[in-house]
Amino acid sequence: MSNTILLTAVVLGSVGLAAAVILYFVSQKFKVYEDPRIDIIQEALPGANCGACGFTGCRNFAEALVKADSLNGLNCPVGGATVMVDIAKILGKEVVETDSLVAVVRCQGSYEHRPRTSVYNGTRDCRIAHLLYGGETDCHYGCLGYGDCVKACKFDAMYMDEKTGLPVVIDEKCVACGACVKACPRNIIELRKKFKKDRKIYVSCVNCDRGGPARKACKVACIACNKCFNVCKFGAITINNNLAYIDSFKCTLCRKCVTECPTNAIVELNFPPRKTEEETVKETITQQ
Amino acid sequence: MLKTFPKGGVHPPENKLTAGCSIEVLPPPETVIVPVTQHLGSPAAVAVNKGDKVLTGQLIARATGYISANIHSPASGTVSKIDTATDISGYKQTCIFIDVSGDEWMSDIDRSPDVISDIKLTPEEIIQKCLDCGIVGLGGATFPTHVKLKIPAGKKCNLLIINGVECEPWLTSDHRLMLEKGEEIITGIRIMMKALGVTKAIIGIENNKPDAISHLVRLLDGSGDIKVQGLKVKYPQGGEKQLIKALTGREVPSGGLPIDVGVVVQNAGTAFAVYEAVQKNKPLFERVVTVTGKSLAKPGNFLVRIGTPVARLIEAAGGVPGDTGKVISGGPMMGKALANLQTPVVKGTSGIIVFPAEESSRPQTGPCIRCSKCISACPMGLEPYLLMNLAEKGFFDKMKAEKVTDCIECGSCSYICPAHRPLLDYIRLGKTTLLKMMREKSIK
Repeated sequence: MSNTILLTAVVLGSVGLAAAVILYFVSQKFKVYEDPRIDIIQEALPGANCGACGFTGCRNFAEALVKADSLNGLNCPVGGATVMVDIAKILGKEVVETDSLVAVVRCQGSYEHRPRTSVYNGTRDCRIAHLLYGGETDCHYGCLGYGDCVKACKFDAMYMDEKTGLPVVIDEKCVACGACVKACPRNIIELRKKFKKDRKIYVSCVNCDRGGPARKACKVACIACNKCFNVCKFGAITINNNLAYIDSFKCTLCRKCVTECPTNAIVELNFPPRKTEEETVKETITQQ
Repeated sequence: MLKTFPKGGVHPPENKLTAGCSIEVLPPPETVIVPVTQHLGSPAAVAVNKGDKVLTGQLIARATGYISANIHSPASGTVSKIDTATDISGYKQTCIFIDVSGDEWMSDIDRSPDVISDIKLTPEEIIQKCLDCGIVGLGGATFPTHVKLKIPAGKKCNLLIINGVECEPWLTSDHRLMLEKGEEIITGIRIMMKALGVTKAIIGIENNKPDAISHLVRLLDGSGDIKVQGLKVKYPQGGEKQLIKALTGREVPSGGLPIDVGVVVQNAGTAFAVYEAVQKNKPLFERVVTVTGKSLAKPGNFLVRIGTPVARLIEAAGGVPGDTGKVISGGPMMGKALANLQTPVVKGTSGIIVFPAEESSRPQTGPCIRCSKCISACPMGLEPYLLMNLAEKGFFDKMKAEKVTDCIECGSCSYICPAHRPLLDYIRLGKTTLLKMMREKSIK
């Protein structure tokens, strides 16, 4: 009886020992070296796995950071400059500080501004509506209003305004991951440079029709009248395809173009109220 | 035993209200709006200027590239502007606007009613004529006919199939054409047979049109080259691949074309257009359109000029009924709702259907219960519920392995789904996105 127990213990023990020896040599032979810094960097990253950096998930980005010779072009928009500085310290490299960005919805086609000319009762999905037709209004470029961008946002930084039927970006929550930009089938959302106090000046229109039809479809459409282009001293405004565009990296927020715009297609946000020019602004509005 | 295709299919109510209405000629409207994109392929290039006087049948836009088609003026008058207008695609496209005055045709068009059955042109000349006259497939896909009549190198064609199925409910334009222009259609078929160099043709007609079958059989009078074959009623029998399978038992391989199994399929309406082009030198600038709907005062089949606004057609059928909720261009299964009644009739418009509001709104969507009805209904043997799930979640690359590109967009899955899930909407989204991705990769 005791013999059997002993034999079992010896056999199992020797099998275990043999296996351990084999495993040891195999693990030595096929060892995969992984830079320990990858783990450290992954810890330092926000862990949102949003893909804003252009890599699939934070782990892949961490690997890319370790492999890269310079940190140029590698940026975590969610973590921002602080995280990138931390990572640069870990890797002992220099980091070029990039401007922070924020998503901007370039359409003001609310129910009030853009009359509905047809009713869509298909699937409430912007991509599908975009495939089918120009949309419920005569503006075939503007927001469809079925909220694909809101669904795509992983940071709760967007919501649909029920009054206007348009999406709104909450600047404090937006990390500029670009998910909404990709989700929008009409390329309405753009990542623009983030200014102090979330100040913004942009052409809130993407309609490429000529002035007449554009204005007919929407009261606040850009009609490419060139007025903003002529007033801008910094070369920030370009006009292409019947549409004005303000380059946020060249714009100095001088606000001259805003008052020039006859259709209020250029929007200024989060500025203190104008003092001396207030009356002139009112005048231009009433003139329309 | 009547023939049909074996896999899938549905039986929507036929509602062929206008089957007994003979074709009425609608005079040209005051203004015609002619889009330059009326066919599959690259848009035609505008060949007239503002202020030009044009005659009916005059070339106004020239084909660009291999797959493209000429466009001719559907009326005589003055080009008032070249501008954008919303067309059947739902988007603004370049259109030629013509202010109509009188109806003066090009002098080289033979307007006599005599049927000329003697084919004088050579195959090459026939194909050239189809190109010159802007003939495209009139079944709805509007693929340029001259391209289809040219057999690619290395392929062989031994059979021409004429699609007289008209499987879409409500539509009767092909049916009426076969009844009223039977002789012309038969000559048109012989012209295409000559161009293709084949000795056999089959006309496939669903069994709900017994008058058309017997009429064509009588006209053929036992001549052995063309056969008329009755088919069991089932949607989508008019699909090219389904029709070939039903008539010949041959199966077009996945990703292939009918020519891969030695067949060319043409619509009965196209056969008539080819006849008119080759024998009468008449370009394609008018077509038969069914205007129908239960609440319309006098639905009917109309011979209309391309570029006529849809509103004008509904007017001819008794005006827009008060309870209208939706107007569809094409059949109810594959057609498209119009956003605007000023949308012009194009070469591919086979019907205009007016639906009352309570019938046209989409029912509430429920969750998928995996009943697999969509799988049994799919004529291509796909799994619509799976494709929809993949598209909804954005797994477009995985849809490739599931053969989404084989989808013929017949809508049988959406029709049969008891939960009213928008299967086809998402499948179409997946298909277009995938095709775009494949194109972009091939460029890289």
